This record gives sequence, C-alpha cells and structure tokens, in this order.
Amino acid sequence: MNQISLNKVYDICSQFRCLIFSACLVVIFILFSVLPIQAKEYDSINISNPFLNKTPIAITKFKAFNGSDAENTDGIKAEQILKDALAFTGYLKVLDSVTFLSNPAQTGIQLGQINFKDWTGIGADLLVTGGIEEKDNLVRLKLRLFDTLNSKLLVGRVYTGTTSQDIRRMVLLFCSEISHTLTGNWGVFNSKIAFVSTVNGHKEIFVCEFDGHNPKQITHHKSISLSPSWSSDGQWLSYVSYANGKPDIYIKNLKENRGAIVNYKGSNLSPDWVPGQLNLAASLSFSGNQEIYLLTKKGEITKRITNSLGVNVSPRFSPDGKKIAFTSNRGGTPQIYIKDLESGDVERVTFKGRYNTSPAWSPDGKKIAYVGIVKNKINIFIVNLASGQGMPVQLTMNQKDNEDPSWSPDGSLIVFTSNREGGESKLFVMTSAGMDQRRLLTLAGKQTQPYWSRSTSFKN
Amino acid sequence: MKKKMWINFMAVMLVAGLFMTVSCAKKTIVSEHATIEDQADVNTKNLAEQERIKAQEQHDQMIKEQALKDAKSVAAKNRFANQNVHFDFDNSQLSPMAKTLLKEKADWLSANAEVSVIIAGHCDERGTTEYNIALGERRAVAAKNYLLNLGISGSRLTVISYGEEKPLDLGHTEAAYRNNRCAQFVIN
Repeated sequence: MNQISLNKVYDICSQFRCLIFSACLVVIFILFSVLPIQAKEYDSINISNPFLNKTPIAITKFKAFNGSDAENTDGIKAEQILKDALAFTGYLKVLDSVTFLSNPAQTGIQLGQINFKDWTGIGADLLVTGGIEEKDNLVRLKLRLFDTLNSKLLVGRVYTGTTSQDIRRMVLLFCSEISHTLTGNWGVFNSKIAFVSTVNGHKEIFVCEFDGHNPKQITHHKSISLSPSWSSDGQWLSYVSYANGKPDIYIKNLKENRGAIVNYKGSNLSPDWVPGQLNLAASLSFSGNQEIYLLTKKGEITKRITNSLGVNVSPRFSPDGKKIAFTSNRGGTPQIYIKDLESGDVERVTFKGRYNTSPAWSPDGKKIAYVGIVKNKINIFIVNLASGQGMPVQLTMNQKDNEDPSWSPDGSLIVFTSNREGGESKLFVMTSAGMDQRRLLTLAGKQTQPYWSRSTSFKN
Repeated sequence: MKKKMWINFMAVMLVAGLFMTVSCAKKTIVSEHATIEDQADVNTKNLAEQERIKAQEQHDQMIKEQALKDAKSVAAKNRFANQNVHFDFDNSQLSPMAKTLLKEKADWLSANAEVSVIIAGHCDERGTTEYNIALGERRAVAAKNYLLNLGISGSRLTVISYGEEKPLDLGHTEAAYRNNRCAQFVIN
C-alpha cells in the first residue's frame, strides 16, 4: 500500500516538474510529499533525556538507477553526508556497514523489496535507503526511512536538484524529515552557528552550518568584533565591534546591505534578539551604569529592564520572549538572574559558586546553561528551572577551560568554546547531557562565542 | 813666526773654547727665560680658552640641566603612562596602593594641563568575554572617578574597556593575570 501511493504521488508530481523546471527559479524542488508521517507508531525519542541510549540506525549504499560513474560517485558522497549528519545528532548510532546482511542498492530500496529481518538481525531499529538518479541535467535523490521492528515506511521523499552541489542540501532536508518523524522536532540540519574567529590578529564574525561545514567570514572590520546573535528568522545578526574605537552594537541584515549601529556613549554590549521580533535587548552604559535595555532594530531605546548598581550584562530571552536571563554582580559576585518582563519580578538562578555568567536558555525554556568558575576552573553547567533551585549539573570537567554555551534549536546539543586541544580556544559540540564532546570545525586561529541560530523553516 | 802664529791660534781657540763654554751656560739661562716668555704667551691664550671653556661648560651645564629637567619630565610622563592601576580578580575597587598611584597621576595631570588621557580598563583572561568588558569598564570608571574627586576635569578623561580582548601581558601565569587586571593610562 505504501509502495503504491509512493509511486502514484511520484508520477503525478513528475508532470508538475516540467512546469516548475521551466520556471527555473529555485535550485531545489521538493517534488512530492508522501504519506502521512507515521511518527505516532514509533516511540518518540526524547532528545533531552540525559540517559538516552542511542537508537541504532542502518544507512544503505545508494542505488545508482542508471549505474553511471557520476551516479556512483555522487551516491557515495550522499551516503557519507547522510551518515555524518545523522551521527552528529547525538541520539542516533549509525551502524557500520560491514555488518550488513543485505544490499538494497542491488536488491531494491522500496518497502516491498526490503527484508527487515536482515536489519533487525544486526540490531538496526531504523533503516534508511537511498537511491540516486542523474539524467537530463537533474540530480534526483530518493530517500526512505523504515521502522525495521514494525516493517513500516516512516517517511519517504524524492528531491531533485540541478547539480551534484545540491546533494548536501537535499540530504539535509531528508535528515530534517527523519528528525521530525523521530522527535517531533525539525532538528538542527537547517540551522547555522555564528561565532568569533581571529583573522590576522583581528576578531571577525563568522557563520558556519550546524555541523561546522562551510565557515564564512561575515565582517571585515579589522578590529575586535564580538558577541554575535541571530534573529529568530535567521536573516539578521547583531554583534559588538570596536570598529569605531569603542564597543558599539552592529545590526546587520545578512541578505540585504542594511542595518544600524547602536553607539551610545560608553559601552554597548551583548545584544540578543527578542524571539519572533526584530527588536533586541542589550547592555548599555551611557547612564554611567551598565543596564539592560530593550531596543528597536534601529537602536532606539524602548524600555529599561534593569535598575541596579553594578554590572548588568548578557541578556538572553526565554524562548517565549516573556523573560530575560542575565548576568549581574548586584549581590557582590557575578550570578545569573531572571527578570519576568510582565510582572517585573527578578529571581536569582545560581547560588553555588562565586562566578556564574553567560546564561543560555534551552529551547524548551526549562533549563539554563551557563559558565561557572570553581577553583580557577572554567566549566559549563546547567540549572533546571522547573525543579526550583535544583543542584546545577556540570557538563564539562577536567578538559581545561570551557565557555560560551549555546543550545541547538532542538535542544539536543550545546555548542561551546574550549581550549582543551593545544591551548587555543576552538568550537566544540556536545549533547545537552554533556556526552559526545567533539570538535565542531577546524579553522585557523582562535574561535569563541558561538551562537546557534533558531530552527528557521526547515524548507528554507 | 810660524810657531808664534800656531801658539796664537791655540790661544784663540782656547779662549774661544772657554768663551763658548761660558756662553753655553749663559744660553741655558736665556733659553729658560724664553720658556717663561712662551709660558706667559700660553697663559694669555689659556685665559681666553678657559673663558671659552667656562662659557662652554656653563652652556653644557645649562643643556645638562635642561636635559635633566626634560629627562625628569619624560620620566614623570613615562611613569604616568606606564604605571597601571591594578585590581584584584573580579574586582573594580581601588586599593590603597591604587589610590596613591592615582594621586601621583592627578599631580602630573595638574602639572600638564594640556594633556587629555584615555583610561583603558583591562581584565585577565579568566572569566567570560562580556562580563569582563563590563568589569573592565568599571575599573576604568573607578580610576576616572577618583581623579575627578582630585579635581581633574572630566573632559580630559575618556574611559574605554577592552575586557580580556587586549591583554597587556600575553602570558598565562598568575603574574601575567595580575598585570592584566588594570586601568591603563594612554596619553591622547
């Protein structure tokens, strides 16, 4: 039944394809969406469970429909991108293909052609089959996710691109489908990470994809540029730069050449975008004291948020935009506080230790990751807000200094800075339970202050 | 006759010899006299030379004194620019030592009324980027406020914080950290 509707929908869509292709406007077309996703029949994976056992997933070789060299080469490339992307998630365990008992690339990649016992037999709970077809200057990927225990097709998609350059994009779109099917969340695959990197002794803002792929330099101030922050729609970056001699906030639209500079007297620091709006919070010191304010994207002050002598810095909005976490030393040492924007109430979040800064709110709003210094060691901690003043959980330890936590849009991962390898600060990623700590990307110089974008529309 | 002439010749030679001996002795005295005259001549010349040297020395002394004054001024200026006001970890309060140093800086600023300065706040690399910029600003402001209270005009004092972004000491030791926790004075 699945197979029939798959082919049927596909045929209908092929007819539309000519029309769309002649329009020639978009690089990648999603030619069909199949079948209601049967995620409900698969136990949803709770990605924020710290005791999560990774779900074993088998990824087959790609079937080359015409058997051309290009198909074979691109098929291997697509298979590798798929494996790397799914392994990156932290909740899937990609099985070694050496153990595979059958080869769907030869015997067929559709539902009726799979012998599920071959897959349950090697411990694969999930199976992804792939096929590649290159003809008429089009590259087509056919991808399916199966539940091997229930012999079910969970999601199937066909993607068409115009060059083999589109393969990565197409594979990642399917990874988003897999994530949505398994977790109910579109995942990390269409997200980006902004960060600071040194270039010839200067600090510039960079952007890379979720897995560290394709790092690009965004600013060229040849100065000190810091604290990048994404708008919810991923179209705007705000950051701090000393380009005019002192710290000012720069607001920049990434696609169009427009923006604003917030350059009040004194320091203009640590911008963070209001979720779902093009407004910001930031720490400004023009009054003589460092206070947090709300600003429009043109830099006009709309509201003062803090009113407390001492440092008030690093505002971070709760995902619903109703609260702001920030760092303040109003109690004598830097600690993390939360201000409720409606009631005006302020509560202190961290009590353990004499130095807790750099809050980062989890996407579900239930936790705050932060940086704590204990006995001269700088590490990343998480405090659970739901359970009241719970004991903080330490995510990094005995690996030199670890700073600047930022959550992935699905809350499953945290990107951070560490000098554990060679003493220079580099970007690392770990699960939100502190597992699988690994380098995000290899780039010359020092990298700091990663800020993970929200999940923009996964089809974007 | 030949014999008499020979004797005469011998006598002349003898007298001449005697005479020459005497005249030699006399000549030594003359010579001595000439030396004294020469010496007098030299003395006259020396007097002019000495006056010239004296003038030169006075001039040199003046230059030296000026140089010393300049050196003192440069040293004071250098001291002003190079002596940083230090702080404890995660702290922007002025220690007694910091206050002594700031009084000295206020004196120098009073004596050099045309100078304006940038007070740059710095932090050690421990701690986090954004908090450190805020902390560095508080250090620089603490130094500025102290100078304001000592009568230095605020229009001469600009504050900027670099946090941990421009460490003065690139080391990673406690000593380096101590050097980097400071307010630095940069003459504009």
